[in-house]
Amino acid sequence: MLDDFLIRAALAGVGVALAAAPLGCFLVWRRMAYFGDATAHAALLGVALAFAFQLSIFAGVLVVCLAMAMVVSALSERGLGIDTFLGVMAHSALAFGLVAISLQQGVRIDLQAYLFGDILAVGRGDLGVIWGGAALVIVLLGIRWQALLTVTLSPELAQAAGLSPKREQLILTLALAATVAVAIKVVGALLIIALMLIPAAAARPFSNSPERMVMVAAAIGAASAVIGLWLSYLYDTPTGPSIVCVAATAFATSTVIAGIKSRN
Amino acid sequence: MSLIETQNLSIEQAGTTVLHHVNFRIDRGEIVTIVGPNGSGKTSFLKALIGALPAAQGQVTRAAGLRIGYVPQKLHVDRTLPMTVARFLSMPRRHPAEEMRQALTEAGVSELETRQMTDLSGGQFQRVLLARAILDKPDILILDEATQGLDQPGSAAFYRQIEQVRNDLGCAVLMVSHELHVVMSASDRVICLNGHVCCEGHPEIVASAPEYRALFGTGTQGALALYRHEHSHSHDHNHDHNHDHDHDDGETHAHHNHPKDQKESA
Repeated sequence: MLDDFLIRAALAGVGVALAAAPLGCFLVWRRMAYFGDATAHAALLGVALAFAFQLSIFAGVLVVCLAMAMVVSALSERGLGIDTFLGVMAHSALAFGLVAISLQQGVRIDLQAYLFGDILAVGRGDLGVIWGGAALVIVLLGIRWQALLTVTLSPELAQAAGLSPKREQLILTLALAATVAVAIKVVGALLIIALMLIPAAAARPFSNSPERMVMVAAAIGAASAVIGLWLSYLYDTPTGPSIVCVAATAFATSTVIAGIKSRN
Repeated sequence: MSLIETQNLSIEQAGTTVLHHVNFRIDRGEIVTIVGPNGSGKTSFLKALIGALPAAQGQVTRAAGLRIGYVPQKLHVDRTLPMTVARFLSMPRRHPAEEMRQALTEAGVSELETRQMTDLSGGQFQRVLLARAILDKPDILILDEATQGLDQPGSAAFYRQIEQVRNDLGCAVLMVSHELHVVMSASDRVICLNGHVCCEGHPEIVASAPEYRALFGTGTQGALALYRHEHSHSHDHNHDHNHDHDHDDGETHAHHNHPKDQKESA
């Protein structure tokens, strides 16, 4: 069954969507969308690093994204104008990544694949990495769920209960970097955060608890992956962007429904 | 052993020392109130006690395994975060539905479990925060301006609730407030803070201390009348003890010499 590239692509998309759901919810709740962008855009630098030192793409991206996320959260704690600062970091990371990749001698790198993903080229090995990484992220967030939620709600309440906001922030950062590393093959560095944010935002009107929001986001994300893949096959459009377009349509629909519901 | 103790604690924020050399302790079952003008370091002090702010100097000692019930000054629940009252009460530890119902009743708001946190009124929200704080059977309740946004009768009722909770749980209560008259009438001890400890002791002592008068004026005398009326008889035995303590404590008096401008900038 795994011989069919479409099946592999669908499984890869669903795997990423499942890990992206809880993470996307935290990005929404903690207002960290730009933080996510800065981290994800650094992934291209990771790709360049992986080629330069002959590492696996996964390892290169993981290391660079983690480093980027930690630098950004450390510097933003010092009170630099956070919005501007994150914008600077996100776009510079992207620019430096593009330049670094073009400097690689003797290797022809399909830039398109890293910017927008190459889900149809997912092999069995990739599938193993994606599901392994996604499972790791889900287990990690599941174990720390209560603590992460408390810190998200109020760092001081968490502190008074004996939790460490710094440690929980680090766990989120680690999960974010790992998800970017496994998802780059599926949707590419430019659209990873979209696959986290949009299903979570679309899930909000249909949720009365954080857990339900994660479940609904996961369902919307997985459905977007499968439908987007199908549409891209049907109309010969790029797959990563097609998936994000479906998710965005789900968000628009959910917003309209929420608007109608609140008027009644 | 006291629940929380600080020795020579100084706190810095953004490079400025906001609190100087505070020696403080609170014991089981005590109600202690911290008063002080805006920007006097009250909130920073509480944050240092729960460990959310590091000590720039000196140290904070918490009793081993101390359970803290913290009620923050305000808590913003983002509209993107769906959260019912019951779910909120379960953070970070889950509790049986029956205990949650009871805690809400004790805090003076029953039947709110299924409401969204973002739909609560200010008074309901503060009481839910209180319910969450008492669910863990804390050794000490720490309240930071917990009645902000409540009207006078509302906050009076809130503080009566606190006293009730203290009587039920036997926990210590440490609170910050600028509603002097309400708070002081319920306190065993008052600490007047303005960048450092200006004066401390039994409410009556503090209210007549020149340092306190300098900060709050004499307009609070009426509040003290209320205090005397309600409580003076029952706490007489504390009076001498606290009075002596206040004057024996060289550390407290050592800071009376701070130049006034420094106090205000702190």
